Amino acid sequence: MQRALVPRDAPRTQEETRESARSADRTLGALGAGAAGALALVLIGVAASVVHLAWPSIRENGASFWIGATWDPARGAYGALSFLFGTVVTAAVALLLAVPVGLGVAVFLTDLGPKTMRRPVSALVELLAAVPSVVYGLWAALVLAPLLRDWIEPLLGATGLPIFRGPYLGVGLLCASLVLAIMVLPTIAAVTRDVLGAVPSELREGALALGATPWDVVRFVVVPHARRGVAGAVLLGLGRAVGETMAVAAVVGSRADVSSSLFAPGYTMASVIANEFPTASTELHVSALAEVGVMLFLVTVAFNVAARVLVRSRAR
Amino acid sequence: MTSNELEAVYAGRKLGDRVARGLASAAVLLALLPLVAVFLWIAGRGVRALSPAFFVEPIGARGAGMANAIAGTVQLVVFASLMAIPLGIAGGLYLAETRAAPLSRAVRFGTDILAGVPSILVGVVVYAVIVVQMKHFSAFAGATALAIVMLPLVMRTTDIVARTVPDSLREAALALGASRWRTAIFVVLRTAAPGIRSGCMLAVARVCGETAPLLFTAYNNRFWSESLLDPTASLQVQIFTYTMTPRDDWHAQAWAAALVLVTFVVVLNVAARRLVRAAEGSASA
Repeated sequence: MQRALVPRDAPRTQEETRESARSADRTLGALGAGAAGALALVLIGVAASVVHLAWPSIRENGASFWIGATWDPARGAYGALSFLFGTVVTAAVALLLAVPVGLGVAVFLTDLGPKTMRRPVSALVELLAAVPSVVYGLWAALVLAPLLRDWIEPLLGATGLPIFRGPYLGVGLLCASLVLAIMVLPTIAAVTRDVLGAVPSELREGALALGATPWDVVRFVVVPHARRGVAGAVLLGLGRAVGETMAVAAVVGSRADVSSSLFAPGYTMASVIANEFPTASTELHVSALAEVGVMLFLVTVAFNVAARVLVRSRAR
Repeated sequence: MTSNELEAVYAGRKLGDRVARGLASAAVLLALLPLVAVFLWIAGRGVRALSPAFFVEPIGARGAGMANAIAGTVQLVVFASLMAIPLGIAGGLYLAETRAAPLSRAVRFGTDILAGVPSILVGVVVYAVIVVQMKHFSAFAGATALAIVMLPLVMRTTDIVARTVPDSLREAALALGASRWRTAIFVVLRTAAPGIRSGCMLAVARVCGETAPLLFTAYNNRFWSESLLDPTASLQVQIFTYTMTPRDDWHAQAWAAALVLVTFVVVLNVAARRLVRAAEGSASA
C-alpha cells in the first residue's frame, strides 16, 4: 500500500512535485465532482424528459385525466383514476400485511430473538429482497393465483364482507397486494432493524437494570425512541410498493376499473406503463402513459424524501 | 402491594415477554414462508425443465431454449457495469472525500432519491432520450437503463464504505507528503476495496433481475442480436413474456429461466456477503 505513495518518476525539485500534485488534485477533484454531478444531471434529466414526453397529454387531457375512470386508448378516452385507485389499494393492503410482520422480524433481529438465530435470519430476509421482481411475478401468477382462486378467495368470500365479493379469479387486486406485501417486507424489516439497532445500548441496559423484561424494553424504550425511524421504514416500504412493477403486472388482472372488491382485477400506475408502453401506437397514448409516469415519479419521490428525512434524523 | 400481588405482576410481565417473543418468531416464520415457497417451486419446476438445449438453442416456437436470452442478459449487464461501476466508484469516492461540502450533501441526497425511483420510470426516460432518437429498441438503450439503476447503488456503497476508512490513515498519507488524490486512490480506495467490491457485486445481482427498465429499451428478440444497436432478448423479459402466456411448455421454460437467474443472483449475494465478512475478519484479527 505504501510503496505507491512515492512517485516512481520523481520530478526534479520539491516545488515541481508539489505543483504537479496540486494540478492532479484539481483534475481529479473536477473529475470526481463531474461523476457526482452526472448523477444529479441524470435525476434532473429523468424529471425533464418524462415531463416532455407527457406534455401532449397534459395539454390535451388537463385535469380530467386524474378524475376520469374510463381508459380506452382506442377511443381516445384517457382517465387514469383507476390506476391511482389500484396503486393506493394494493399498496395500502400490502402495507397492512407487511408492516406487522416486518416490525416483528426487526424486533426479533434486534432484541427478542435468540442471538445465534439473528445472523442467519437476517441473511435470509435479505435474500428475500434479492429475488428478482419478475420471478415473484412468475411464482405469483402460476402458484399463488390458483391457490387464491381455489382456496383462499372462497374462504374469504364466505365472510360476506363487501371487499370480498365477486367471482374468484385468482389474479386481481388481492393477489397483487399479497405479492407486494412479500416484496416490501424485507425493506421494512431491514430498515427497521437498522433503526432499532441504532438506539443506544445504554438505554436498553438502563431499562433492563430496572427490572424490565426484553419485551418491556422494546415497548417502552426502543420503539418510542426509534418511532420516527420506524415511520421512515414504513414510508420506504410504501415507496417500494407504489413503484413495484413486474410482479404486480403479472397478477393484477390488467383491467382499468374501480371496484370495491379486492377480488376484482385492476391496474396500478407502474403496471399499466409496463403493459401498454411497449405497444402504444399513438402519440397521445404514449404521452398519457408518460403522464402516469410523472405522477408515479412525484409520488415515489415524495415518499422517499419524507422517509429519508425521518430515518436520517434518528439514525444518525 | 402484597408479595402475592407483586408475584402476579411479575408473572404477567413474564407472560407478556413470552408472548411477544413467540409473535416475533411467528413473524420470522411468516416472512420466510414465501422465500421457501418460491425457492421450492423454482427448484422443483426449474430443474425438470432444464436441458442442454436450454443453454444452446435460441428462443423458438416450440420453446427450445434460451441461449440468446442468456447471452442478452450477460451482454446487457456487462455493458451496464462498464458504464456504471467506474462512474459510481469515482463519484462515491468524491462524495466520501468531500463529505461535508454542500454539493456532496445534495448529490448524496439525490443518490438516495434516484435509488428510490421505480425502475420502470428509468425505462421511460431512456425510451424518451435514446429509443425515440434512434428510432428503434437496442441493447445499448437497455444497458444504459440498467446502468442508471446501478449508478446510485454503486455510488452509495462506495461513499459509505470509503467514509468508514479511518481518518488517521488519510492523515498519515498526507503527512508523508502524498497529495489528496494519491491519498484518495492509494489509501482510501484500497482500504475500502473489499466493501466496494461486494457493493458492486450486489449491484450487478440487482440489475440481473431488473426487468421493467428493459421492456421498452432492449425490448426483446427471438433471434441472436447481431450488434449493440439491435433489440435483444434477456432472461428477465423472457420470463415475464412466458409468464403472461397460457402455455404450459412456455411456463416450464420460464421456471427454468427463473432457476438460472435466481441461482446467479443468490451466488452473487452470498459471495458478496462472504467477501465483507472475510474483510471484517482480517481487519479485527
